[in-house]
Amino acid sequence: MISVNAQKLFRIRGGVHPQENKHATAGCRIVDAPIAQRLYIPLQQHIGAPAEPIVRRGMKVLKGDLLANSQGVVSAPVHAPTSGTIHSIGKYPAPHPSGLPVLTITLEPDGEDKWMALPPENSDPLSLEPEAIAGQVAAAGIVGMGGATFPSAVKLNLRKRYRLHTLVINAAECEPYLTCDDQLMREQPDGIIEGIRLIMRALQVTKAIVAIEANKPEACSSMTKAAAAFDEITVMTVPVRYPMGSEKHLVQALTGKETPARALTADLGIVVHNVATANAVHNAVRYGKPLISRVVTVSGGAVNRPGNIHTLIGTPVADLIGLCGGFSEEPARIIGGGPMMGQPLPETRVPIVKGSGGILALTAQEVARKQAMPCIRCGSCVNACPCGLLPLEMASRARIGDFDAAVDFGLMDCISCGSCSYVCPSHIPLVQYFSHAKGALTEQQRRQHKQEEIRRLVEARTERMEALKKAKREAMEKRKKEIAAKKAAEKAAELEKRSQAGA
Amino acid sequence: MSNPGKHGAEITSAPYTHENSSISRTMLLVMIALLPATVHGIYQFGLPALFVFVLTIAACIFFEAICLVIAGKPVRPYLLDGSAVLSGWLLAMTLPPWSPWWLATVGAFLAIVVGKQVFGGIGQNLFNPAMVARVALLIAFPLEMTSWVQPQPLFSADTPGIVDALAITFGGAVPAAYDGVSGATILGYVKSELGQGVPLYDVLADNYDVFGLATGSVAGSMGETSAILILLGGLFLLYKRIISWHIPLSMMLTLTVLASVFHLASPERYPDAIFHLMSGATMLAAFFIATDLVTSPVTYRGQLVFGAGCGALVFVIRTWTTYPEGVAFAVMLMNAMTPLIDHYMQPRIYGRDRKGEPIQYSDDAEITE
Amino acid sequence: MITAIAILTILGITLGILLGAAASYLAVDANPLEQEIEQMLPGSQCGQCGFPGCSRAATALASGEADVTLCPPGGRNLAMDLATKLGVDADLSAMKDKAPMIARIHDELCIGCTKCFKRCPTDAIVGSSKQIHAVISDACTGCEKCFDICPTECIEMLPIPVTLQNWYWPKPAMAA
Repeated sequence: MISVNAQKLFRIRGGVHPQENKHATAGCRIVDAPIAQRLYIPLQQHIGAPAEPIVRRGMKVLKGDLLANSQGVVSAPVHAPTSGTIHSIGKYPAPHPSGLPVLTITLEPDGEDKWMALPPENSDPLSLEPEAIAGQVAAAGIVGMGGATFPSAVKLNLRKRYRLHTLVINAAECEPYLTCDDQLMREQPDGIIEGIRLIMRALQVTKAIVAIEANKPEACSSMTKAAAAFDEITVMTVPVRYPMGSEKHLVQALTGKETPARALTADLGIVVHNVATANAVHNAVRYGKPLISRVVTVSGGAVNRPGNIHTLIGTPVADLIGLCGGFSEEPARIIGGGPMMGQPLPETRVPIVKGSGGILALTAQEVARKQAMPCIRCGSCVNACPCGLLPLEMASRARIGDFDAAVDFGLMDCISCGSCSYVCPSHIPLVQYFSHAKGALTEQQRRQHKQEEIRRLVEARTERMEALKKAKREAMEKRKKEIAAKKAAEKAAELEKRSQAGA
Repeated sequence: MSNPGKHGAEITSAPYTHENSSISRTMLLVMIALLPATVHGIYQFGLPALFVFVLTIAACIFFEAICLVIAGKPVRPYLLDGSAVLSGWLLAMTLPPWSPWWLATVGAFLAIVVGKQVFGGIGQNLFNPAMVARVALLIAFPLEMTSWVQPQPLFSADTPGIVDALAITFGGAVPAAYDGVSGATILGYVKSELGQGVPLYDVLADNYDVFGLATGSVAGSMGETSAILILLGGLFLLYKRIISWHIPLSMMLTLTVLASVFHLASPERYPDAIFHLMSGATMLAAFFIATDLVTSPVTYRGQLVFGAGCGALVFVIRTWTTYPEGVAFAVMLMNAMTPLIDHYMQPRIYGRDRKGEPIQYSDDAEITE
Repeated sequence: MITAIAILTILGITLGILLGAAASYLAVDANPLEQEIEQMLPGSQCGQCGFPGCSRAATALASGEADVTLCPPGGRNLAMDLATKLGVDADLSAMKDKAPMIARIHDELCIGCTKCFKRCPTDAIVGSSKQIHAVISDACTGCEKCFDICPTECIEMLPIPVTLQNWYWPKPAMAA
């Protein structure tokens, strides 16, 4: 049993220390955003199969009503963030770098914000069975809100496959600029603690650790106070080092054990959940409220009044930026998430989804991108990589299209944290090479799979054709025999008649 | 088959932030670190040294520009990254200070064109460009490359004036007035005397001035005279995290250990560690030459092996070959080993063991029936 | 000198015997190259290469009769892979850098004649007599057999659409 000693911390390899830039929004109280004119709710806001809509155009829905059902085991349902009318279901730009559309439900709010019929408040939610908690979490459409968006209920069911002993709450928030988790911990610690206890019950573990980076002392004290009554929950400060928020590295910092390659932290008996997810679990189980809103940090040098906004899912990014005073200058980049791993947003029409922790409007100076020069083999990337890889070798192989060699150097173990690109003196976009290589390999696999299927289909068809031909031939033979037999019978009858007539 | 996206031709992925580092900043910091020793060297050897220094750097820039034009690469960004200037600077630090102009120019050509550009430009060279030049010059022009002079400090009575300095560097021959200033480096002197069987103690009795070696008032190239100033420059680079301690430490440690062992065994034939560390280009190599980013291994463990190899080879070459100074050869030989070192010294991947297989825990929590 | 001649003669004879023995004992009877090449080809027997099927094309490729650029559905990628496998230089300039195509039937023009549906080697078209036909894009190899035969020309060959599911980051632009 790999135990977690609540006092001792371990070092993680590599990592970088980017400028935190949290001063603009640290301590900014969460502000509720007004309801947008139109809400755009994508059917895929999570890892897994997209949700299947159950509403149609023109239907009226109440706040929290189910809009789309989850499909299969790894999926999540989608709910109405407010009351209103379904305007349409169709393609809308996704908050994705490609700018490609995603199937989206457009909801026109009626302004009343009326809740559906909520169940009575569960005053003792911890008396529920683990199955029941997992069921409610699934029904509420809760996904990992740290950005990974993995359906939380599926993670809760890991208790069936692994002997779990510890829940780790990831409150590291290691990305620069983001303070949404920090602020949530300062303002709503009691809800988070209850959510943690519920998750513990669902996972059937006896221990929980809330890991907060040392640059959030207020959050730390707030959570410590709230957890004081519960011995099984410990609040620990972890060193400020990017990527401390990567779950595998957080677990290593707490236990000194590395998660085996291609395996889960559950193999160590530990499950990690984001702190905002814990809060969502509390809302779902106690109040029966599905996941329909979240706190988003709007920041960056190009925003006039950065802040932490509590907003409904589906709110266009442009609305949030407007709420924060609009742009002070034309941003060089608009990013969904943090600067190290965030995705560039194609336009500000795109909506906030369940995994959107931050909207950053960065100036060119903040992006600090220079023209890429050739690799000088300085080894800075090797020292920065928290996974012990050789980014310079992987990138040079990816550049010439030798993706298999890149895999040999460990491409599939890369977590795309961006530490290597951050330090590269030649400003080589290393992470983009890796993303490209991973995508090309997936495409190769897809093509291979398609070829195999095509071969199967062609063989099946050939067999079918052969079978048809055979059946036709046999039918012809049979018919011929029948005709011959008939003819023979006729002839015999004829002869019979003649002989009779002759006689 | 990927869609470039609505942004148009170029969308770039995360990260959208960067630490304040670049090739030119790295080169600039190395030059700042070299500055004290260089200024002191120019002061010690007078105007001819200044001419050689400027000429070498200018020639390097010139050849780099020509190569870039031929290769069709944009000239400005590559020239401004400072790598040609630095190669020229290091080469000038290892040349005899009163070298003729053509030696400096040919050296620059060898360093930039043969040592760097034919390999494919910056980042592609196998050998340290300055060392390529130095070794080639040493073998091609052994006489000029071993014509050392005693220091003739600027502003002193013996220093060459402008006319004489121009004659020395560009004139083709040292004017007769300066015939008496030539001298051997301590390494050269010791080797030739030891070779004649003179015991070490006698050799060093009148000629060994540790203080002089440390502060740079002995014959030699600009880079090999003041060990203290080079050391200070090296410490500055360590502080700024441009280099790491692995190569300098392993190189100097290996050299120290080998020198001490042999000195203890036979004090009259083998100089001690201090002698080796302070004389010649040991310090310059340990902090500035062997640590060249392109030609040294990328991992810390590999760098330790590299540094140790350099130290050992320097000792071997100085002690048992006909060359008094072994740094250039040692560094180049280890440069050749760098790809091999990099291949075998790969770091262990997170979540995998040394063989590359996923880690197996005996108490793995997965429930298996 | 006699010794030298004798030694070389004996050496030559010995080595010759060894090579002859090796040639007979270690001979490779089947040509695995053909089978490997056939595995690489799409396998839809569309006939666009001019050979009556992928196995014939594989034989021709293995013996060097056919050029590696013979397979349109395989495209550039297949041509490059074949060139690597056979160890030849491939002149790919003639190949259009065509993205893999998928057939699409325009419903409004379809008369339900079933000609296309009977021809499709992978049964990628659904529909029957007098019913409007449709293409299952996952099963379509872009062999164009249906496209050629449709009497109302209602079939269009389109590149495989890029969706959120198959988009990936392009390679970064080259350095300076």
